[in-house]
Amino acid sequence: MKKVYARPKSLKRARFHYCPGCGHSIIHRVMCEVIDEMGFQDKAIGIPPPGCSVFAYDYFDVDMAESAHGRGAAVATGIKRAYPGAIVFTYQGDGDLAAIGTGETLHAANRGERITAIFINNAVYGMTGGQMAPTTLLDQQTTTTPYGRDARIEGYPIKMSEILALIKGAVYIERTAVNSPANIRKTKKAIRKAFQTQIDDLGFSLVEILSPCPTNWKMSPVEAWEWIDKEMTKEFPLGVIKDVTGKGNAD
Amino acid sequence: MDGNSAIGEAAIRAGCQCYFGYPITPQNELTEYMAAHLSRRKGCSFIQAESEISAINMVYGASLAGVRAMTSSSSPGISLKQEGISYLAACELPAVIVNMSRGGPGLGSIVASQSDYFQATRGGGHGDYRTIVLAPSSVQELADLIHRAFDLADRYLIPVVVLGDGMLGQMKEPVEFKYEAPEELPVRSRALRGAKGRPSRIIKTFTSKPSELEEINWSLYRRYQLIKKKEVTYETFLIEDADLVIVAFGMAARIARGAIKNARADGLKVGMFRPITLWPFPSEELRELANRVKNFLVFEMNMGQMLEDVQLALEGKGEVFFYGRPGGVIPTPSEVFRVASRLCYQKGLK
Amino acid sequence: METAAKMKGYIEIDQELCKGCEICISFCPKDVISLSDKLNASGYLPAYFNDDGECTGCAICALVCPEVAIEVYRG
Repeated sequence: MKKVYARPKSLKRARFHYCPGCGHSIIHRVMCEVIDEMGFQDKAIGIPPPGCSVFAYDYFDVDMAESAHGRGAAVATGIKRAYPGAIVFTYQGDGDLAAIGTGETLHAANRGERITAIFINNAVYGMTGGQMAPTTLLDQQTTTTPYGRDARIEGYPIKMSEILALIKGAVYIERTAVNSPANIRKTKKAIRKAFQTQIDDLGFSLVEILSPCPTNWKMSPVEAWEWIDKEMTKEFPLGVIKDVTGKGNAD
Repeated sequence: MDGNSAIGEAAIRAGCQCYFGYPITPQNELTEYMAAHLSRRKGCSFIQAESEISAINMVYGASLAGVRAMTSSSSPGISLKQEGISYLAACELPAVIVNMSRGGPGLGSIVASQSDYFQATRGGGHGDYRTIVLAPSSVQELADLIHRAFDLADRYLIPVVVLGDGMLGQMKEPVEFKYEAPEELPVRSRALRGAKGRPSRIIKTFTSKPSELEEINWSLYRRYQLIKKKEVTYETFLIEDADLVIVAFGMAARIARGAIKNARADGLKVGMFRPITLWPFPSEELRELANRVKNFLVFEMNMGQMLEDVQLALEGKGEVFFYGRPGGVIPTPSEVFRVASRLCYQKGLK
Repeated sequence: METAAKMKGYIEIDQELCKGCEICISFCPKDVISLSDKLNASGYLPAYFNDDGECTGCAICALVCPEVAIEVYRG
């Protein structure tokens, strides 16, 4: 018998500090598989956010630097402009990319910065204990929406991928999830494509990944993985939101 | 050349590869100069960012990648950059930040002021850190100090603030650039360039172990002690026989010169001590001076900021007086002369 | 019923890496993974390989395991 599944090379041998069933662990692993398969571990520079994944550099065996909350897209812009030979990616949560970092994200996309944003959408602020995120669903209970999210007071879940699709400089945007074998495989394909977009010098690419947060959703891992299908995808449909890469630099 | 443009030319000649900025009066000539002259240079990058916050974070990114990077703004925009400066200082990343200060607080005014002294010299952002602060008082000195700023930033792995003001930026004076940009722009070591042939590199300070962070802080502290020992810079004007010494920086020092010339013509023995590094502040040298001189007049365009550093430095030796005009009002030399005069008569220094 | 070439497989679960999330158990098409009743050093009840020769080495368990705790062999 031969081994058909092993840890990717660019994933460090550290034990994940993430909760049981957390999507970060899956996504880190899948990204490292892509980095290995596409062979750019020695060119990659990653920017993790403040958040549960602040320690991403303990897992990704690539050059990494911490960023101020929300500023990942600006930091990545600075790196890529200073050293275009690098493959630069940000790894950001829903608060980082869609609340405090909205300006930086929109404008990096608008300039068509050749960076890849991996956007982890778990509909809640994980690290800080489960507060409302811009992507929290209506009626969803969080520690700052104890009565359920009310559109009149707290607004609606924000669809960053759809918003970014309107921006010319963003050339490839896809929304996936990591709550089933099929979805994990699709996520890996999307991440590949996003990095290929950068390598092909076509523009800004983003993959929004619906990710389970059992702890702050107050569910078991199995329930959390199911909740993504049952509820999240109703608000955040999966699929390619925008892909103009086939047409080269055209809008 | 106007001061703002001189900064741009000086930075390019110092090997600045990346400039990220945002329009704000009174420094727009600098941003525009970089757009015109830096953006097309090989390997260089100019971005008019979406905000001052984005700009400082882009500088952080460029510095991570090992190149000389600069941003500029004026007072309120510099407030926005404080978090980013804290991160630069924490991660020991070189960068040059130019503040052409204007009246504050709040939206303030668009004319020159010196009310960002505290902001510049006390770190400015959160955490226990410092930045080197250079205060030029002529367009020539602006050009020279920009070059020095990049060198200091690289040598000590620290962000360096060049504290000018709106007037200095707008003034047109002859300037000579004493250096050229190098042919090959070097890349700093310990940069993030992709982990080729070496272990992957992590640049961060966040830690869950307080003792780790303590060690980082002490290591920064030791570096600051070294900078204090080696980089203090100041200038004196007619202090050898002075009974009253005006302490002033930047534009205020220019104005004070005029006042001192008038005073001397009147037989009053007034001189000037001009700090050029506001951090590290020339405390020892000032204290030395107080062995002989008993009267100091701190003159600045604010409500009294460098005043505190002078008081701290003198440790009670000698008397310290203050004259300031906040809010962007530019005092005249004759105004300062009158104040100095009155002081001399009051203290019997005639 | 029998396909021409029936794949056989086995898996190894690192009991100390496992956090007992039970995702592998819920997705295994052959039901060959079970939850142990003995805590591991981190205080979780880990999954373990509980097979009577049904495992085909499809590797779905490894694909969904967040902890990269599963290695799969097939032949």
